[in-house]
Amino acid sequence: MSKKYIKTAMGTWEVVIGLEVHTQIKTNSKLFSGASTTFAGDPNSQVSFVDTAMPGMLPVPNKVCIEQTVKTGLALNSSINLVSVFDRKNYFYPDLPQGYQISQLYHPIVGPGHLEIDIDDTVKKIGIERIHIEQDAGKSVHDVMPNSSLIDLNRSGIGLMEIVTKPDMRSAEEAMEFIRKLRLLLWYLGTSDANMEEGSLRADVNISLHRPGTPLGTRAEIKNVNSIRFIGQAIEYEIKRQLELLEEGEEVVQETRLFDAGKGVTRSMRSKEDAQDYRYFPDPDLLPVILDEEFVQSIKESLPELPDQKKKRFMEDYGLSKYDASVMISDIKTPAYFEEAVKKAGEKEGTPKLIANWVTTELFSLLREKNLEINQSKISAVALAELINLIQDGTISGRIAKEVFLDMWNTGKPAKTIVDEKGLVQISDTSELEQFAEKVIQENPDVVKQYKAGKDKLLGFFVGQMMKLTGGKANPKIVNEILVKKLSD
Amino acid sequence: MTDLTRLDYASVRKGLTSKAFTVKELIQAYINNIDKTRHLNCFITEMSEHALKQASEADERIRNNEARPLEGLPLAIKDNFCTKGILTTNGSKMLSNFIPPYDSTITQKLSDAGAIGLGKTNLDEFAMGSSTITSYYDPTVNPWKKEGSDRDLTPGGSSGGSAASVAARSSLIALGTDTGGSIRQPASFCGIVGLKPTYGLCSRYGIVAFASSLDQAGPLTRTVRDSAIVLNQMAGHDSKDFTSVKYPLPDYEAALTGNIKGLKVGIPTEYRMEGLDSEISEWWEKTSQWLSDQGAEIIDVSLPHTKYALPVYYIVAPAEASSNLARYDGVRYGYRAPNTTSLEEIYELSRTQGFGDEVKRRILLGTYVLSSGKYEDYYLRAQKVRQKVTEDFTETFKKVDVLLTPTTASTAFELGENVTDPLAMYLQDLFTVATNLAGIPAISVPVAQSKEGLPIGMQLIGPRFGEETLLRTADVIEKTAGFKLKEEF
Repeated sequence: MSKKYIKTAMGTWEVVIGLEVHTQIKTNSKLFSGASTTFAGDPNSQVSFVDTAMPGMLPVPNKVCIEQTVKTGLALNSSINLVSVFDRKNYFYPDLPQGYQISQLYHPIVGPGHLEIDIDDTVKKIGIERIHIEQDAGKSVHDVMPNSSLIDLNRSGIGLMEIVTKPDMRSAEEAMEFIRKLRLLLWYLGTSDANMEEGSLRADVNISLHRPGTPLGTRAEIKNVNSIRFIGQAIEYEIKRQLELLEEGEEVVQETRLFDAGKGVTRSMRSKEDAQDYRYFPDPDLLPVILDEEFVQSIKESLPELPDQKKKRFMEDYGLSKYDASVMISDIKTPAYFEEAVKKAGEKEGTPKLIANWVTTELFSLLREKNLEINQSKISAVALAELINLIQDGTISGRIAKEVFLDMWNTGKPAKTIVDEKGLVQISDTSELEQFAEKVIQENPDVVKQYKAGKDKLLGFFVGQMMKLTGGKANPKIVNEILVKKLSD
Repeated sequence: MTDLTRLDYASVRKGLTSKAFTVKELIQAYINNIDKTRHLNCFITEMSEHALKQASEADERIRNNEARPLEGLPLAIKDNFCTKGILTTNGSKMLSNFIPPYDSTITQKLSDAGAIGLGKTNLDEFAMGSSTITSYYDPTVNPWKKEGSDRDLTPGGSSGGSAASVAARSSLIALGTDTGGSIRQPASFCGIVGLKPTYGLCSRYGIVAFASSLDQAGPLTRTVRDSAIVLNQMAGHDSKDFTSVKYPLPDYEAALTGNIKGLKVGIPTEYRMEGLDSEISEWWEKTSQWLSDQGAEIIDVSLPHTKYALPVYYIVAPAEASSNLARYDGVRYGYRAPNTTSLEEIYELSRTQGFGDEVKRRILLGTYVLSSGKYEDYYLRAQKVRQKVTEDFTETFKKVDVLLTPTTASTAFELGENVTDPLAMYLQDLFTVATNLAGIPAISVPVAQSKEGLPIGMQLIGPRFGEETLLRTADVIEKTAGFKLKEEF
């Protein structure tokens, strides 16, 4: 627990963090128009008359956006509001053609829930306050023309979910872990690409400090932070800033701040006094969204296996450690690769564990080196399974397997072919190995003496010599047995 | 040859089918009348050339026996309906250069049914007003004058250009929109029929929004039958308008049976209010007597929240308008102030110069009632009272089939009257706004000329989707009243 508090010469402080995560709903068309949502189209190429707010144009809700949000809500253990209402948030900005953003203030579609995160080897529940649906704005471009700004409305009207947490996080690590876990969940659900580079996931961070057991302090809101790393940096900076203020007896001002990623600092954007009056009111162009229980139930039944469930199953069914299971589920493509390999290799005792090891070490390091994703791997799950089988049935040793693995990557040949071509089959023939053992013992009388005098660790030396003689192909298990036996004679 | 502009559409339809005359002759006759009555300033944009071209095509269709339901209909279009490729100003400098690249659903439907647009009619700026005085394009003049006077009267508004045009026979039928009485009040002032359908019956797509929860398109015609004929083509669900209703459409023309035996007609006592012109009051009595004479049962009813309808309307309508008009910012289309040097200047100067006083007044009102701290006291409370007003009608329509009231408290006033006192102008909507708040249909039908020689209109109000009963009853009143338009204006 002590880790949760900041201790300084002036006592103990607690950090309180809440997040508002804006994430793009995965759909083909925008929230209220038929225009496409594809990323990186030519400027203003994905814009309808509704998106430009031409006179007389009316919004018509995209049903898929509603389904996707309900799905996300259910996966976050949240209550679904059968009646929700779209409100207008009124403000002027050139990339907001209507002069208002359609959002849900008073009656959001998703109510309270929670998400569990793993932090410091324990599970912590982070409360979800609500999820509502809203429109994204367009983009103002200020640096292309010398005396004017340009507007790209491709993003204008794209559907977003705003996921609002309770102020339940106590450190940058927790906030970062929350985002990681949430992103994973969204990937599994297929309700958002949650791609931070493309701006389809960004977060507003609310942060304050107080003395434990006292009322919450005044918070600052850091707007639009768009990477997990930046969220961590912004929080760390903000903790430092607020701590200094508080310990010097000054007050934290309630305000909106921006994170400057280049300098790693947050900067005041506007104070509460400058806050706009958004004049929210129910959008008269849109009737309330009314869902029925059956609809919600059918979405509930369509939920895929979620990360926590998958992790539990990997631990129970495949005997993976908690760590290995966590790694195997840590994106959407790895579990599929892993399970395909397991299926192909056959569920022998220890096989899944061995596969997980190979994926996390050899495969991941190679993918990282080549900057590829697992579905781009040159070694398919099936090919890996074949290699694993060769290790398991004693055809090759683990050491040789690493060599074979690299060959597989480079040549695309199956493991068996490489092993055959290169004559890498492991020597498990006891009589052949005994001859090598004899030779090693004869050539190193001094070491034998020392070993016999009690230096057990020197066994490794003999094993090494055997491997040298056999070009690494000796079956290490049998080599061990033979050496121990011979050296104790 | 008879003056073709004196025929109603039911007669035109017969004449065209029997080939008594051609569409081209008909349209030419109307174009001649547009020339003759140009001093009334009914039209902002005339479409004569376009209309004559369409007339030839219509004649071709008739020759081939391919006439559509509204073939050759000489139609005037209020200038807040977007018309593809044709200037759509909304009576505002703000849109004085706006040529929509799309059609409103209603104009598209009528055009598909064979109607021929003659021009875009004058209106109060953004449909905000009861006189057309707030139009950027100067007021329209009512074809009627007080006997022995040559002073110009207002045609009412906001659909004043449409109403005056139908009365002056420069169009046969006109499209209007009604947010608080904008079809019925000018129909009453000009001695024609004006129908505001149930909210959601006719699509709002492509109609420049004033107050989204109140706006509804409807026809202005010389006869009740013509209203029924046009409504048949206007009504229907539109997937582009989320507030449009799926409702099984009847044949409205077939509803005109002439039989109102057993019909229960309510007379709301609250409409007998101070300020109601005594002559109009007498004709109200007389009209109810006519209905009674033909077998209807007249019942006194109470709508206790009637007196709140006007204040509620003047909170809800400006609130929605203040948000709906935010899109006119000089950035993407419409008027942009010249020589601006910053974004703020583009906004401020474009809106200051582009909007007239009444529009600005309502934007200010609306912004105020939605602002933080005022929202609960005004907008939210108004919505609650709106609910009460609606419940009044719901309860009353358990007892009666239609309500009979005057359309306006007075006959047409002089151009220039009420101009300096916005409140006096707002009272024009006294009898009409409640139906918009409740989303129910109402029709104004002329019953007599006042002693001064000005038209007096009566209003029938029905429950949601009660258009058939309204039209049937209005048809009976029309036949009994025998009201005639003046021969010459």
